[in-house]
Amino acid sequence: MTDAVVSGNAEPVAPARMSPRDLVAEAIAGIFARPGRTVLTVLGTVLGIGALVATLGVAKTAGNQIVGRFDELAATSVLVTNEQGFFGGGGDVRVEIPVDAETRILRLNGVTAAGSMGPVDVGGALVRSVPIPDPLAQTEFQMSVYGASPGLLGAVRGELTTGRWFDSGHSERADRVAILGTGAAQRLNVTRVAQQPVVFIGDEAFVVIGILDSVRRQPELLNAVIVPEGTARDVYGYTSASTVQIDVEIGAASLIAEQAPIALSPDEPSLLRVQKPPEPADLRRDVESDINALFLVLGGVSLLVGAIGIANVTLVSVLERVGEIGLRRALGAARRHVAGQFLLESTAMGLVGGIIGASIGVLLVVAISAVRTWTPVLDPWVPLAAPLVGALTGLVAGLYPALRAAAMEPVEALRSG
Amino acid sequence: MTLDAPVVELRDVSRTFAAGDVSVPALADASLSVLRGEYVAVVGPSGSGKSTMLNVLGLLDRPTEGSYLFEGIDTSSLNEGQRAGLRSRRMGFVFQSFHVLAHRSVVENVLLSTIYSGMPRNDRVAAAKAALLRVGLGHRMDFLPTKLSGGERQRVAIARALVTRPAILLADEPTGNLDSATGAGVLELFDELRAEGLTLVVVTHDSEVSGHADRAIRLRDGRIEVAL
Repeated sequence: MTDAVVSGNAEPVAPARMSPRDLVAEAIAGIFARPGRTVLTVLGTVLGIGALVATLGVAKTAGNQIVGRFDELAATSVLVTNEQGFFGGGGDVRVEIPVDAETRILRLNGVTAAGSMGPVDVGGALVRSVPIPDPLAQTEFQMSVYGASPGLLGAVRGELTTGRWFDSGHSERADRVAILGTGAAQRLNVTRVAQQPVVFIGDEAFVVIGILDSVRRQPELLNAVIVPEGTARDVYGYTSASTVQIDVEIGAASLIAEQAPIALSPDEPSLLRVQKPPEPADLRRDVESDINALFLVLGGVSLLVGAIGIANVTLVSVLERVGEIGLRRALGAARRHVAGQFLLESTAMGLVGGIIGASIGVLLVVAISAVRTWTPVLDPWVPLAAPLVGALTGLVAGLYPALRAAAMEPVEALRSG
Repeated sequence: MTLDAPVVELRDVSRTFAAGDVSVPALADASLSVLRGEYVAVVGPSGSGKSTMLNVLGLLDRPTEGSYLFEGIDTSSLNEGQRAGLRSRRMGFVFQSFHVLAHRSVVENVLLSTIYSGMPRNDRVAAAKAALLRVGLGHRMDFLPTKLSGGERQRVAIARALVTRPAILLADEPTGNLDSATGAGVLELFDELRAEGLTLVVVTHDSEVSGHADRAIRLRDGRIEVAL
């Protein structure tokens, strides 16, 4: 009789089913069964994701900020020199910077000021302010002497304590006038120019017409005696400036850096060396990658710790819920239902950690920016991707515990639970 | 599947456990058939193979030899998913230690077995409440199990086993963790369920329990000694 029944049983037995909605509901119930523990578990991911988001945001913000700061001085300076580098080749092939360098450069669109300068070879002559030998103090000094064009003061953004800078008339007439850098003036004991003090370079007398207080570029000028280029040519056979300092408008640096050598030396522009500020975009990238490299490692480590935390707690929870697993299997849950539930629980914890972490990270970026009066900048994909990274962390962390849970034999599980 | 076919039928079933090189037979050449509406007690000392038999009957374990037919279906031809499916729809389990989830309310515990059985969502709560009313826990539906007595927890477990309207109820020492008064209450409930036509197999070493059954099977060292 029973044989007939077996063969008559044509329709196959349906396997156990669990709707996705039930799976989600069970996972959520599992998470909220022990809220305190869930909070602590999620904390690891919160810290990891928060650190990552804050890092990316602060890096981006700081990158923007540093560029803004650099713009002011460095981004407006272009420097052309005729000095050869170590690998200049050809020995002493030097292009002379023309006498009218300043005028040539000022013709370029985007230049706000330009001036040429170069060291003057005074043949080792010492500089002194009075020809009277004083046995108690040093009165003669070895000092750099620079030839400079009238526009240099503006190009280096210099300021005078007193007196005036020379003009093209001084240079053309080769007047014996000089400007003292503030350091040089101190050593030579010159503080005022109203009475036309005189300094001697060797035996040559120069009337001091101004004292340079500060410069924003070419700080070596502050310890030097500066004479007009025409005067240097006349007295010391100064042939060519070595440097042309150009002050440009913001954004014009790259263009001027290209044009200036051609303007100065149309036949051999490649022999001149140009120093220009780094492109803002490059600079920002550099700063970002510097900060990122450091802190992303930190964020990654915290995320790893968070993942281990989730894995650990999920595993503990699996071992603790052995009885429940056995019960569910007895009630008809297939292995994949059990695995799915634990995997979903750990993924959900990772997701929640990611969402909270991303929020904290964004708030942190805003807070740091507020304290520093920076403009907070954040790539929009960062807060969007962060919860996904958190969920992924939870998923990976939950894999092993979920497989452990699924591998349990219901009989064993029921007995030990 | 004819109605008068046995709900469960064991044919020369053996279950041997391998412990290292030695194989220990927990169940040997057991043959048994339980008809629809029967109340069968499985008795015997501990280690006699009672639980192994119940696990085989509940599709929680596979026999090493012999065949097991459940409602006329040869279960050896089924895969794990299909066996889980049969468990969820056609079988109810009651355990000695209740296995009631402490963090879920009474009604949620009963609902647990409906999610694997494919019962339509809209019918579930009504079925769970009906099952709880049936076991006399209508006033405890939203309680947490931690607030319940042992006897009430076992009634929750019975309601959970009944809610899917199974073909058979398999109980493993259902009164083992209860004092005699509450245990008697559970046995009374089993009597009522049997009177309503439910098929029951109860594993016990309590002679009180076997006294309620239509017949008892005594196991010793894995063999059916007497079919009382």
